[in-house]
Amino acid sequence: MTTTDSAKEDAAWSKVITPHRGWLDVRWRELWRYRDLIALFVQRDFVSAYKQTILGPLWFLLQPLFTTLVFTVVFGRVAQISTDSVPRPLFYLSGVVMWQYFADCLNKTSHTFTSNAGLFGKVYFPRLVIPVSTVITSLITFAIQFALFLAFLAYYKWQGAAVEVSFRIIILPLLLLLMAALGLGFGCMVSALTTRYRDLSVAVGFGVQLWMYASTVVYPLSEIPEDWRWVFVLNPMVPIIESFRFAFLGSGVVELWQLALGAGVSFGVLLAGILIFNYVEKTFADTV
Amino acid sequence: MSTAIRVENVSKRYRLGVINRHMLYQDLQSRWARWRGLPDPNTPVLQAKRRGDEDSHEEFWALRDVGFEVREGESLGVIGSNGAGKSTLLKILSEITAPTSGRVLMRGRVASLLEVGTGFHQELTGRENVFLNGAILGMGRKEIARKFDQIVEFSGVEQFIDTPVKRYSSGMRVRLAFAVAAHLEPEILIVDEVLAVGDVAFQEKCLNQMEESCRSGRTILFVSHNLAAVQNLCTRGVVLENGRLTFDGTQTEAIAHYGKTSATQGASVANRSDRSGTGQVRVTRVEMRNREGQCVSAAASGDDLEIRLHYENHSGKRFAKLDAAVFFQNETRVLVFQHSNAYSGTPFLLPPEQGTFVCRIPRLPLPAGNYLIGFRVSAEYPAGELLDKIVHAADLAVTAGDFFGAGVIVPPSNGAVFVDAEWKLETL
Repeated sequence: MTTTDSAKEDAAWSKVITPHRGWLDVRWRELWRYRDLIALFVQRDFVSAYKQTILGPLWFLLQPLFTTLVFTVVFGRVAQISTDSVPRPLFYLSGVVMWQYFADCLNKTSHTFTSNAGLFGKVYFPRLVIPVSTVITSLITFAIQFALFLAFLAYYKWQGAAVEVSFRIIILPLLLLLMAALGLGFGCMVSALTTRYRDLSVAVGFGVQLWMYASTVVYPLSEIPEDWRWVFVLNPMVPIIESFRFAFLGSGVVELWQLALGAGVSFGVLLAGILIFNYVEKTFADTV
Repeated sequence: MSTAIRVENVSKRYRLGVINRHMLYQDLQSRWARWRGLPDPNTPVLQAKRRGDEDSHEEFWALRDVGFEVREGESLGVIGSNGAGKSTLLKILSEITAPTSGRVLMRGRVASLLEVGTGFHQELTGRENVFLNGAILGMGRKEIARKFDQIVEFSGVEQFIDTPVKRYSSGMRVRLAFAVAAHLEPEILIVDEVLAVGDVAFQEKCLNQMEESCRSGRTILFVSHNLAAVQNLCTRGVVLENGRLTFDGTQTEAIAHYGKTSATQGASVANRSDRSGTGQVRVTRVEMRNREGQCVSAAASGDDLEIRLHYENHSGKRFAKLDAAVFFQNETRVLVFQHSNAYSGTPFLLPPEQGTFVCRIPRLPLPAGNYLIGFRVSAEYPAGELLDKIVHAADLAVTAGDFFGAGVIVPPSNGAVFVDAEWKLETL
């Protein structure tokens, strides 16, 4: 048999299972074919998470409300950290709502392999379906919390607070996309590594907590001395939260290049995360 | 007809020991120790020594150079004893894990069924679960919607379709799950022994559904140690032994081959750790022999069968009235019957240090299916000290046979055992 013959024959097979998959061999088309499954997982997670709780979707609101309350008391009243003339609850809520979406994406996707081991051991579907659906499920939570933020915003505006909503709010989808990319990317990396190192998932919960304090959630970037700002800007979450505040509250320091840098970092992380995830996915069943 | 599945020299290696290493700090500890030239604190010393003589580098080949082809429309049965590599092969074909070397080529839409009801969620309703489960198995939402009514009808749970699955009985759940699986319309179907769930009547319904699939020209790869099912469903059979393919032919030949070769030595139970008892008397090997005295692991209903328990007693203690028993459990782990030398009134008085307890069963009274053979040795009947016991020491595959000698093959759904009886008609 000549080489062209065997090549022609190979093309006739609809599925070829080989020992290794290349680092760059991500099956995008297959992922697209399973889009219905993504939608059904989103539905499942959303329905099941709140079906059996007494307060139902109210949990989505209580979480940011209480966090904002605690921040207002601790960082506002006690520590007296400036909020750039923005009313304190509004300032903290804006940070909390944004941060919560990112933290959700990262925390939940980082458990992909360990919490779906049973499912992954019994049936094949592109494993990326799970983290992608997680990121979308979190978007629903975000929408509800964002509505809460809008209600707060409307109330303070009516009270005559010094906040300024500008046309720049159209940037919100982009900000969400960046957070999803960053959270998904890191989450994929961590979940791939947790197949070998179980203790890593503990570190993630803790790490996300610390990361929040390194991001401008409880203080504005303007409080940071100018000489040090460049360090903060390397953290993509800083320009994202600052842009959000700048668009919705009219306060915040952000420059376009900072946001562009954040976008670059986020997508870089996403790509790296997907590649690592894809590499691990094939032999995952052997290590757990 | 063209080839639907081609398996080319597939091997799969598992590394033993590596699997248990789950902590990052342990890995760092090992690296640090190696860097300083110290022995690795995490190497399981005993384990390494024990396995050293068997397999170097703690490797284990679950499959070795396995190759075969399945033509379109053919149904192939893969048979082999526990640990022969059947489930590993299945996992590779289902893309759950990758082979270490070799490759598999397939043509057509593939569905693999390693379990029914994968991904069922307790909180969701039957309807939601049908969609979710269908999508997990690879169907699109539209396709499921189109088949939805058929699926629900097949399952017979119409009334409860909008009730959360957690309120279902386990039987209902299995029926709904199988209904989804039965309506997959793949060109290649890979099935594990998922049929060993549910009651006997439902199992037969599933088998019928699969037979229909065979007739509709679908390619089927059926992995099982239910030889009766392989005999009925498949047209070809391959036998796996210790990770190697040792036979490829018709299903009848494959079953015969499996029955002979897999049992040439009997099942060694000398190193089993899942045993109980004081161990003063230890059974080292369990053999099953047919009427010709050949070792077998399969027999037909109504065949004569001899179970031989080879034992050793190095304790120095001699037992005056030793009692040995064998028991038969079916696939659902129900004890079908047991027999002891005390039952037949043949006590073993002061048995020697080594020997064989032989239990001959004339006309095996079991319908087709898989049975687990266990044994018990105790100091005295009925309440003597337990010396040795393994609940699942060997497997026996029973194929359909003419127990009654009247030319009637009675299906397994008609009862768990066959008993002799006489009928007559009395007229007034």
